[in-house]
Amino acid sequence: MADVLKRVPVREQDAKERAANFEEVCYGYNKEEAMEEAARCINCKNAKCITGCPVAINIPGFISQVKEGNIEEAYKVIGESSALPAICGRVCPQESQCECKCIRGIKGDPVSIGKLERFVADYALEHDIKPAKADKTNGHKVAVIGSGPSGLTCAGDLAKLGYEVTVFEALHELGGVLVYGIPEFRLPKEKVVKKEIEKVKELGVKFETNVVIGKSTTIDQLMEEEDFEAVFIGSGAGLPMFMGIPGETANGVFSANEYLTRSNLMKAFDDNYDTPIAAGKKVAVVGGGNVAMDAARTALRLGAEVHIVYRRSEAELPARVEEVHHAKEEGVIFDLLTNPKEIHVDENGWVKGMTVIKMELGEPDASGRRRPVEIPGSEYEIELDTVIMSLGTSPNPLIASTTKGLETNRRKCIVAEEENGQTSKAAVFAGGDAVTGAATVILAMGAGKAGAKGIHELLSKK
Amino acid sequence: MYKILKAEKLAANIYLMDVEAPRVAKHCEPGQFVIVKMDEKGERIPLTICDYDREAGIVTIVFQPVGASTTKMTNLKAGDAFRDFTGPLGRPSEFVEEDVEELKKKKFLFVAGGVGAAPVYPQVKWLKEHGIDVDVIVGSKTKDLLILEKEMEAVAGNYYPCTDDGTYGHAGMVTTMVDELVEKGNKYDVCVAIGPMIMMKFTCLTTKKHEIPTIVSMNPIMVDGTGMCGACRVIVGGEVKFACVDGPEFDGHLVDFDNAMKRQQMYKTQEGRAMLKVQEGDTHHGGCGNCGGEN
Repeated sequence: MADVLKRVPVREQDAKERAANFEEVCYGYNKEEAMEEAARCINCKNAKCITGCPVAINIPGFISQVKEGNIEEAYKVIGESSALPAICGRVCPQESQCECKCIRGIKGDPVSIGKLERFVADYALEHDIKPAKADKTNGHKVAVIGSGPSGLTCAGDLAKLGYEVTVFEALHELGGVLVYGIPEFRLPKEKVVKKEIEKVKELGVKFETNVVIGKSTTIDQLMEEEDFEAVFIGSGAGLPMFMGIPGETANGVFSANEYLTRSNLMKAFDDNYDTPIAAGKKVAVVGGGNVAMDAARTALRLGAEVHIVYRRSEAELPARVEEVHHAKEEGVIFDLLTNPKEIHVDENGWVKGMTVIKMELGEPDASGRRRPVEIPGSEYEIELDTVIMSLGTSPNPLIASTTKGLETNRRKCIVAEEENGQTSKAAVFAGGDAVTGAATVILAMGAGKAGAKGIHELLSKK
Repeated sequence: MYKILKAEKLAANIYLMDVEAPRVAKHCEPGQFVIVKMDEKGERIPLTICDYDREAGIVTIVFQPVGASTTKMTNLKAGDAFRDFTGPLGRPSEFVEEDVEELKKKKFLFVAGGVGAAPVYPQVKWLKEHGIDVDVIVGSKTKDLLILEKEMEAVAGNYYPCTDDGTYGHAGMVTTMVDELVEKGNKYDVCVAIGPMIMMKFTCLTTKKHEIPTIVSMNPIMVDGTGMCGACRVIVGGEVKFACVDGPEFDGHLVDFDNAMKRQQMYKTQEGRAMLKVQEGDTHHGGCGNCGGEN
């Protein structure tokens, strides 16, 4: 008899093996494992897990279907709230959302809600189960800017209500951070992202790639010349930050965005693709978020010795616990309480090393985290050929600067109402990282849902 | 897909294409560029907009095969298509936003090197259409490599072709032509120099000497071209700028050309390897990429 306090373990690729390939690390549950794990859910009347989910999926509802082996029914329950379950089941930080509210977690492991959601969604992808579509269109045209998680969710929700939705994407592939940011080994592109987006297409949503709003056309022109009655901006926060230290424009210094875009979107790791990547032999990734972990594990797979250089201690690492754990297993070295001061460049303009300084934690700052302070005289030099800067991103100002009457705050984020996404401009809504700054996939989805609700409230009155 | 309506060879190593891209054609202005991706496995490469027809929805691009992708591109014919064609990108030239009456008071000098004649052409044409005649110097190694002569002559006020080997027009570098024009008593308020980095660097040294404010169009390595990666960063006046969104045009007297030229070399060996792969076709077995010879 299995121990009900412990979750059914999930099968993973061996750490040594996977450190040298781009295949998915976690294999997920099979049907037997999923049904066994689902049986641990006690189907609470007043289910706390739902309150932890930003899109409020009926979690006990879908899990009780899994328990019975009715996977198609379970998929329908999830589909009422989420358009991208195969993605969220993989990349949501469940430990701080649904799973941290699970009653089972008080005396044992919480139910593996994320892995169950993933199983149901993968099953639907494999068995080509289609989402429920609107009977007919209502004739209202809506434009969605950006095909990341918030845009896809907003578009999917509106299409289900009968709207004629067109999504405009600046890049040549759909998915935003799901295709250029999150690596293949965490989120397979062909097998999961593409197929999940196909499901949004099946709802009737149209997509136009290679359209840079603010350049190829503007929001005002979409509304005035192309008859879109409302617009949802889900353009994300894709502008990388640099430190401003000497040597930062040297060859071999990348933003994590560039490094990951080359590897994920352009598939530079695959010799059959034309885009090159400078793999490096010894790489420092500066930063401690999920993006830093992704960049570090990518560099590792390209054959480098990789160091995470982070100015605070392990407890403050903003990355998901699971990702830090995976990175360590694979051999990423953590240089904690360490901060770069200067990048050294050889006579050909390439990185040859970096001076770093040791830090200690001082008083808590405004955000409540203990502020790192330099330890005087503790500088030392490390030898390197590649530095990847992963210091966070901010919204691209292009859209705000070309849209009349669209208010932004001092961090260049678009100002929008939380409950319906309404911006300072009539019939223009916004959500996701474009409003909050860099956050999570599921929060962006939640904002996409709110935006769809706001747009529906506005246009159904017409 | 973006259909190629015309493909022709302008000179030994320079190609022109008309591409159907209505959104780009409708919105592009002089000074901007596009990013193209040939096929599924191709890379994204930035290319110059040479001309546009808003009504017909056509954008004209001009390119020079320098690496594997652009070499492959030379095989494309009319009727073929690009998988992706994004733009317009970058900021338009500053004068596009200026008051035309103010512009008319200024004397412009354009200096183009090699394939740089292509991005210079729409700027000169725009000014001509707004009633402003400008002086244009176009330089190339030899007569056969001069492009867009007829077109340029039709829109330039004074047109000064130069060849390094003296086979046509003025004999010598574009910089000596700049010196000559200034020594003859010509006064210029603005110089716009576009071409290889080394040519822009030396043009800037020349115009600095003559105290002519100079704009250059930077051509660094790019990936997305929309400001999300910083691959194209250049140092201008000590500050880091992204050429794809802050430029590509900058004050040439403030650009750190030496840094920019070093950054341009970043993928040189990889590009060399990719190039071999294209030339050798199926006989290529990745030997050069895996032997580690140059390390």
